[in-house]
Amino acid sequence: MNDLLFLIGFPVIIALLMLLVKDKIRNYIVIISALALGIASLYLLITYFNKNTVFFDISFEPATNIMFIIEILLAVYILYLGIKFKKYFTVALILLQAGLLVFLEMGLISGIHPVNNLFLDQFSIIMAMIIGVIGSLICVYALGYMETYHTRHTDIKDRRKLFFFILFIFLSAMFGVVFSNNLMWIFFFWEITTICSFVLIGYSRTPEATNNAFLALSMNLLGGVAFTAALIYIAIMDPSGRLFELDSLISSGYALAIVPAVLICFAGITKAALMPFSSWLVGAMVAPTPVSALLHSSTMVKAGVYIIVRFAPVLALTTEGFIIALVGAITFLLASGIAISQSNAKKVLAYSTIANLGLIVACAGVGTYNLMWVAILLIIFHAIAKSLLFLCVGTVENRIGSKNIEDMGGLIVRMPKIAMMMFIGMAGMFLAPFGMVISKWAAIEAFITAPYGLIFIAILAFGGSFTVFYWSKWMGKIISVMRHQEVVEDTVKKEKWAVLYILTALVVGVCLAFPLISTYLIEPFIMNIYGVTTGLSQANFAIMIMMICLLLIMPFSMLFYRTGSKHVSPYMGGRTTEGEMKFSGTFGTMRELSLSNYYMEKYFGEDKVFYIGTLLCWGLLLIAGIILAGVIL
Amino acid sequence: MNAEPVISLVNAVLFVLIAPLVGGLIAGIDRKVTARMQGRVGPPVLQPFYDVGKLFEKENMVVTVTQHFYVLSYLVFMVVAGALFFSGGDMLLVIFAFTLSHIFLVLGAYASYSPYSHIGAERELIQIIAYEPMIIFTAVGMYMVTQSFNVSAIVNSGIPIILYLPGVFIGYLIVLTIKLRKSPFDLSTSHHAHQEIVKGVTTDFSGSNLGKIEIAHWYEYVFLLGVVYLFFGFNPVLAVAAIIIAYFLEILIDNTISRVKWQLTLRSAWLIAGTLGIVNLGVLYYLKGVIMP
Amino acid sequence: MTYLKKSPWVIHYDASSCNGCDIEVLAALTPVYDVERFGIINTGNPKHADIFLVTGSVNEQNKEVVKNIYEQIPEPKVVVAIGICAASGGIFRECYNVLGGVDKVIPVDVFVPGCAARPESIIDGVVTALGILESKRLAMKENGNKTMEKPGSAV
Repeated sequence: MNDLLFLIGFPVIIALLMLLVKDKIRNYIVIISALALGIASLYLLITYFNKNTVFFDISFEPATNIMFIIEILLAVYILYLGIKFKKYFTVALILLQAGLLVFLEMGLISGIHPVNNLFLDQFSIIMAMIIGVIGSLICVYALGYMETYHTRHTDIKDRRKLFFFILFIFLSAMFGVVFSNNLMWIFFFWEITTICSFVLIGYSRTPEATNNAFLALSMNLLGGVAFTAALIYIAIMDPSGRLFELDSLISSGYALAIVPAVLICFAGITKAALMPFSSWLVGAMVAPTPVSALLHSSTMVKAGVYIIVRFAPVLALTTEGFIIALVGAITFLLASGIAISQSNAKKVLAYSTIANLGLIVACAGVGTYNLMWVAILLIIFHAIAKSLLFLCVGTVENRIGSKNIEDMGGLIVRMPKIAMMMFIGMAGMFLAPFGMVISKWAAIEAFITAPYGLIFIAILAFGGSFTVFYWSKWMGKIISVMRHQEVVEDTVKKEKWAVLYILTALVVGVCLAFPLISTYLIEPFIMNIYGVTTGLSQANFAIMIMMICLLLIMPFSMLFYRTGSKHVSPYMGGRTTEGEMKFSGTFGTMRELSLSNYYMEKYFGEDKVFYIGTLLCWGLLLIAGIILAGVIL
Repeated sequence: MNAEPVISLVNAVLFVLIAPLVGGLIAGIDRKVTARMQGRVGPPVLQPFYDVGKLFEKENMVVTVTQHFYVLSYLVFMVVAGALFFSGGDMLLVIFAFTLSHIFLVLGAYASYSPYSHIGAERELIQIIAYEPMIIFTAVGMYMVTQSFNVSAIVNSGIPIILYLPGVFIGYLIVLTIKLRKSPFDLSTSHHAHQEIVKGVTTDFSGSNLGKIEIAHWYEYVFLLGVVYLFFGFNPVLAVAAIIIAYFLEILIDNTISRVKWQLTLRSAWLIAGTLGIVNLGVLYYLKGVIMP
Repeated sequence: MTYLKKSPWVIHYDASSCNGCDIEVLAALTPVYDVERFGIINTGNPKHADIFLVTGSVNEQNKEVVKNIYEQIPEPKVVVAIGICAASGGIFRECYNVLGGVDKVIPVDVFVPGCAARPESIIDGVVTALGILESKRLAMKENGNKTMEKPGSAV
């Protein structure tokens, strides 16, 4: 239990330190704490991986009261800011949520004493690893990034103390979410992550950033209201407070659990930015890149899907679960489509994140045991690969000054190492035999045995091909060997290199190690819940590993070919192409060649597709709401 | 069950060794038949082998050394995908390995930064996303009929798959036209005089690299026709006849219909093939009352 | 015996020709003459080609193009200059912008006379070129597959 408390409490202490120290000392402290958190998470893994679910008895009373006070203080803070910036929707939401919360705390839960408030099982360990290892790495990266950021953006006030403070509070809150068994505590940590996201998005205090921050806040608060409503429902249903324990709730069966499950899954949907709530994630891309990497791709949004995956046993084979899964699947399809038409790199990454979260929710909503396996795998692989990509894009942006994919042509010449890492990251997102494809493969095989699985397979087939398209054309852009470009890579700082190398190694390493992860962590977890488990067959494991090895060996083949080839210029209809690709056009002018990717705005334009997605998903959510109302009444 | 892995391995090795010969012969027969349709005499049937032999006699010329890596990967993973298929492996994995190898070809074309290769690469990507949903439906359809994704189980099932999956089969033939790079879908490169974007994807490859790409195409032919065989697996004679008829149809279509734009390619593949596929699968699902856990 | 002889791929370029010879070249590809039975394909891409068929008298604008295409053809390669314009400039020899023949720019191996050159002559020229191609390939093999500087030879 001390490990859990350490992981939750230590970042808070560091966060407070962050408010006090300045640059040089801050660097040391962050690196040391990152190491500490990483090692602590690893220690957790080693100590607990072969034990089943372990519960920890922490007394409910003082902790919950402190949480309540903090929540009220935060509500007041948001109220003040909401009024100051005239965001009345946010004000309304926070008033509603605070009101419900007061009703809950004061009126309903006076006599309860739930005991198993913290717990640890294999899924929590996996999430803790992601937060502890990847989260810490991103914090280290943020050191170098924020320094360059402020050198470039001299008009933005240097609020790095606040920045790192919030970053570590956020890590603590995430650990809290995955270690809490008590739903009220989960809610508390959940709300903390919302606030962290709000502050970090609005870091630059430009009008655009502020608006996007409030957008994110409102949508997450909508989820928060639903969450609070679920808590009230539980308190009314079972005054003893036993159902506040997550494991009890989940195992109590459909009748008792479905209403809070759907409400909390709604909160998960808003936090994971599925349609119709995806605009906040796209808007959050104005934040500095470490924020995008940490919150909006690997961790906070994963909390949203984490809670939905937790409730999957309740949702399995129900109409409500099916609707939630459909929302996820439609999000996957449409977000992948929109990503084709985007040329802003961070927006592509954002839509890809939304799409993958949709896929995870689709798996969790249908909820059979093999789909759970897929969902957890997807969480792992996506977190690693996507954070790597975000960090690389951040580095590229700082060097070449642009986020546009069209400006990244020839990156393999200008920034060879970064381009290679991006290549590996992107390969990790869609190429066999890397993780996401393993998940896609397992998903198809799992959906086929689920009721109405055909719909999901069709969506997966088309959405998957969209995915191939937008990643491949980006890959192609960065590997084109344009001549006569200068190398701009050398000024990247040491810590950044370390982080990027480690993440790249993780992308490959986790793929190689996934049989182990599956056998020791994921399969026991699923066995506990469903009584049966699954994995890939031995033969297929072997083939996957072979393919990865082949892929790794291939680049060495290049060593054979280094010498002995004659180099010529590319073919441009007989025009000379040494140096810049120029040709003489009409009236004797020299025109330069420019190549750009297809974006197909007519078919995949953001506005049109988003509109369709919003309509469809609101419709589905309304249906779910009606069904739910029927259950309550 | 000790014989099984050995048989699979033998099959895989046989594929690796024999498929290029078979594929080359198919390519040669293709050119002969095409020539006859056009009222010409045409090259000898062994011509593709002479072509590849000649390509390996040319000097080693590249735009960038990375081309060697991409082409080699294309060939290797094509062989891996085909070997997996013929050794009876998981059909979905075969499809993904297949896509992987094609992506390497696309990347090789992107690497050279020539306008023709670039557009060829974009079009090749469009072709890939055009056919991928349909071949996934093919695999899913086979599962729904035979309850297995493994090619060995599908072939040995003895079920007349074609009777259950007629829509899927027609859809597969449509995307086969795309994969074989036959008119009207030979957008990214073709074996005939191309001239619209020069040679498209293969513009900047020469000599041994081009030879390897050609050999990879031969492996691909054998694999693609192997999938046709699966539909008729219950009767080998019928299956071979079906393959011959299907390929002849492809040559006929190639010589009669002119190339279309990529928009129409995408639309035909997704709307027609996709609808045929999904409707077929949906009907099957409904009729069989299939697969409830 | 090399495979080159059995599968010679052609790239055809019009260096300011009047198109007469070009039409005859393309006529050779039609069913009447059908050079594909010799394995000849008109690739239109220098990197895939073995034989460079040039027509026309070459002027200032396209001499760079001719050179560029020539350089992008991998060894072993032969150049066949078709028509009298490609040999010496033909009736346009005296023009101010005409260089006067392909061999002013790149080494030529075979000259095919005529105005316009008949398809039979063109095929004859290509067949001669095949022999030269083969000897070049054999020389290349002896040299350890290194490319060698090639002397032109006319017929």
